[in-house]
Amino acid sequence: MVVGGGIGGIQAALDLADSGFYVYLVEKSSSIGGRMSQLDKTFPTNDCSMCILSPKLVECGRHLNIEILTLSEIGSITGEEGNFQVRLVQQPRYIDMSKCIACGTCAEKCPRKVADEYNMGLVNRRAAYIRYPQAVPLKYLIDKERCIYFEKGKCRACEKFCPADAVDFDQGERQITIDVGGIILASGFEPYSPALSDTYQYGRFPNVVTSLEFERILSASGPYQGHLVRPSDEREPKKIAWIQCVGSRNVHVGDRGYCSGVCCTYAIKQAIVAKEHSAAPLDTAIFYIDIRTHGKDFEKFFNRARDEVGVRFIKSRINTILPGYDEGNLKIRYTDEGGRIVQEDFDTVVLSVGLDIPQESIHLAQKIGVELNHYHFVSTSSFEPVRTTRPGILVCGAFQGPKDIPETVMQASAAAGAASSLLSRERYALTREKEYPEEVDITGQEPRIGVFVCHCGINIGGVVNVPEVTDHASRLPHVVVAEENLFTCSEDSQVKIKEKIHEHQLNRVVVASCSVRTHEPLFQDTIREAGLNTYLFSMANIRDQDSWVHQSDKESATEKAKDLVRMAVANAAELSSLYRTKLPVTKRAVVIGGGIAGMTAALNVAGEGFEVVLVEREKELGGFATNIHRTLQGDDVGQYVAHLVEMVNQDEKIDVLTEALVADFSGTKGNFKTALVVGPSMYSRDVNHGALIIATGAAEYKPEEYLYGEHDAVTTQVGLEDMLLKEPERVKEWKNVVMIQCVGSRNDTNPNCSRVCCQQAIKNAISVKETNPDLNLFVLHRDIRTYGFAEDFYREAREMGIHFLRYREDEKPVVGQEDGRIHVTFKDLTLGREMTINPDQVILSTGVVGGDAEELANIVKVPLTSEGFFLEAHVKLRPVDTQSDGIFICGMAHSPKRIDESISQALAASARACRLLSQDSIEVGGVVARVDQELCAACLICVRACPYEVPFINEDGVSEIDISKCQGCGVCAAECPAKAITLSHFGDTQILAQIDALMEAR
Amino acid sequence: MRLTYPDSIRIIRLPCTGKVDVILMMEAFRKGADGVYVVGCLEGECHYLTGNLRAKKKVEYTKKLLDEIGVGGERLEMYNIAASDGPRFAEVAKEMHEKIKALGPSPIRGALQNKEAA
Repeated sequence: MVVGGGIGGIQAALDLADSGFYVYLVEKSSSIGGRMSQLDKTFPTNDCSMCILSPKLVECGRHLNIEILTLSEIGSITGEEGNFQVRLVQQPRYIDMSKCIACGTCAEKCPRKVADEYNMGLVNRRAAYIRYPQAVPLKYLIDKERCIYFEKGKCRACEKFCPADAVDFDQGERQITIDVGGIILASGFEPYSPALSDTYQYGRFPNVVTSLEFERILSASGPYQGHLVRPSDEREPKKIAWIQCVGSRNVHVGDRGYCSGVCCTYAIKQAIVAKEHSAAPLDTAIFYIDIRTHGKDFEKFFNRARDEVGVRFIKSRINTILPGYDEGNLKIRYTDEGGRIVQEDFDTVVLSVGLDIPQESIHLAQKIGVELNHYHFVSTSSFEPVRTTRPGILVCGAFQGPKDIPETVMQASAAAGAASSLLSRERYALTREKEYPEEVDITGQEPRIGVFVCHCGINIGGVVNVPEVTDHASRLPHVVVAEENLFTCSEDSQVKIKEKIHEHQLNRVVVASCSVRTHEPLFQDTIREAGLNTYLFSMANIRDQDSWVHQSDKESATEKAKDLVRMAVANAAELSSLYRTKLPVTKRAVVIGGGIAGMTAALNVAGEGFEVVLVEREKELGGFATNIHRTLQGDDVGQYVAHLVEMVNQDEKIDVLTEALVADFSGTKGNFKTALVVGPSMYSRDVNHGALIIATGAAEYKPEEYLYGEHDAVTTQVGLEDMLLKEPERVKEWKNVVMIQCVGSRNDTNPNCSRVCCQQAIKNAISVKETNPDLNLFVLHRDIRTYGFAEDFYREAREMGIHFLRYREDEKPVVGQEDGRIHVTFKDLTLGREMTINPDQVILSTGVVGGDAEELANIVKVPLTSEGFFLEAHVKLRPVDTQSDGIFICGMAHSPKRIDESISQALAASARACRLLSQDSIEVGGVVARVDQELCAACLICVRACPYEVPFINEDGVSEIDISKCQGCGVCAAECPAKAITLSHFGDTQILAQIDALMEAR
Repeated sequence: MRLTYPDSIRIIRLPCTGKVDVILMMEAFRKGADGVYVVGCLEGECHYLTGNLRAKKKVEYTKKLLDEIGVGGERLEMYNIAASDGPRFAEVAKEMHEKIKALGPSPIRGALQNKEAA
């Protein structure tokens, strides 16, 4: 059972359901999608949030092995790991989900207007409503609290007008008890409410908005259709300010002491997007304490905002907002870099609110006996980041700690991996599979097409003259039967379609109704149940593309419907059956890299019952973590690594190959072949496997600056950590120590933040200060990036008297020596003057740089980023997959990260790999490109054009496309000068037939 | 959102704008379309990585061909719209409709009609 239907819950549910488990996805609200559904764009690529989320929603909604339970909350959990009984309480929807056709009539007729939570109350919705247009399940509901009928005992307008008779006021609360083996908590966060304090006058000044409200303002589906205006007078703002750390990094009453980790980057995103949205030049200013862009490629995003887009960044904590000079404006007082107090007016102020844990989640945890930390997030340990204190209950996403979308998705896969290894023996015990009759062979048959035109209640029928369209359809070539239905998607219509297929021996079916987006799979399934190949189906969208958008001109909408139907029929006549071939899966994984990530992944894959070959370049397992002794939280890393090594060596399913290198790699997902060169004798060994996990780690930057290697008193954090353990007496002699941050990070050669160095510095600084409380310790930094709960340690370090001093990128500290004595000169930004310290030791916080992965990347054909890290398939939603199916990445090979984050990602990679390995066979084919070898001139254009590098010149000297790799985009078919390549289902004959059919009426 | 846009537009669905080629666009004009436009993902956000950039080149090339044969390259356009941006889709539809309306029927369609009449 997955609790919470946001992106984390969705990912966990999909991973588990695809790995052979039946999943209950429990969601408190009326639809899944969570907070991500409210976002306009996502950083750092500024992808449209809904565009990337929506396919996942649909996948979840349609999955045979995911049961979505909306409006449901956990009542109690009894039992234990492997055998829980969960009692759910489900609130009534007052709409029969099996009848609702989501036409929206109830909302249209509902007289009660209430604030729309989805749009953060910036506009109204009705009491009968749907959260958002892409909601899954796409079923309306009645808001009991606000419904006039429930208030006054009369109205029932929705019931009267509902064309599907779906409104049911008699529904009541339901108690459901479900037996499950494991539980994943993914209930997410709520935005911190700035109304808790009066500092920012939120709620008093309408143009002070929260970042989530601003997200809705920017959104095309938001209250102003994406037109950037401010709430008070709907005027376009000319100046917008963002105030960071609202409710975060603050220990005052009502505030939260942790860093929410995402607000800096989302504010940058919002500033960039706002500037793009604004027709007139827009001034944007972000007021911050530290800019924390520690994620993969986030620093480059920050640099672009500052240097190219012109977003102003002002380091100043804002304490008050006053009314501005002009009506509706707001005045902000701040201290500039020169220490002067400045007053500036803005049209709008956006409060970058942090991530907070909702009260209900706190209650839930208490109810089910899951321990929370002092900030009410679920307690987890460094080495088991997805396990709660109650065995069998796992956690992922923001409920475990503040995190962004890719981190959530990663952890969701990790939790799914942990759950599936828990239940691996029960794989496929409860999953459902559908049985279909044998397919009819239609080769050589003349097309016999049936057309079903839908009224969709009055949605289509109220605008388009459906009988006229049906009559038109019946006269078209190859059409044997044309009928109209009130609701083509209803259960009885499916029966009717099947009857007609048998009665008229139809071999193609056309439905003219709503959208392929939501309904194509349903109708494809129906014709498949009647023995037709699913590809013998074509759809005309006469609702979303016609009746809904041309309501005022019924005649012309009817004409358009006829055109669309004629096009769909012409397309259908050209369709042919497509088959998916089954390829067996080699149930073995290869893991490259024997560090913490690689070992964790190997153990988890083995734990799920699959063989693993673990390949390590060095003589010993352990990786970079052997240089680290403990985590910031004080956990013993050395001991943990030793434990992992022992577990790996003992595991019968894991074959460890040290001093081994990858020499060659071929094959496709499910069936790879890796050639290895092993041991000092360099013998070669071939491994057949179904999945590959890359966990090759990264490297520590070797400084060439600050007298490193030239003077003994200059060392790195790793060196200091060693010293603290082995020669603490040396530390006790020090009087002054300087740490320099961002050595080899955030510069021209390595523009990214190395993420871990600030925490490492603070960990060691506290340790140094504890060893020698009398010394002076200066940390010279550009921003301190202790995201999440690490902020506590930063606070502790300051309270211990450790000095944190900022330097500017263009005024780096200078380390020099005179008579063997070292000195550090830097410009203190607070005092505005140069200072010199004569330290006993200088410690460089060196960054993380990409390991020498180029050769491996070339062999396995997975691209690297310009900084030498492996590139994921999608920064947001596929953070452990690569563009090559069946190859996964984790740990530092992906980007710099903490040990717990590496473990999380390793679990995620293993879960994704096991999802593949758990299948007996994989289906390939369907909509793919095929080469007519007779026509191919081997010109290589397809080889170069394919974005996935699939086509190759085979032994016969012609192009060949491996259907198991083809993604079906059709680029090769469009580029091929000889027209030797056809994209099935979207072939030129099918497209030209549609063009012909469209134009014949003209 | 159900935003109204001109009813002169008919959509042909493709997996990616990368599937669009010169022949398909020219065929649409040959059969009498007054205008054609290709709508793909935002640049840099192509679902299939780079298909929309390839489409852009082909559209540009086809515009030149249309200029050469006297149909006029301005009758063909490419737009990049995010899947969630309904308002922009409607706006583009209006824009294209107005432009083609101002240009009048394509010379090919005129010729086809004359031929039929004869």
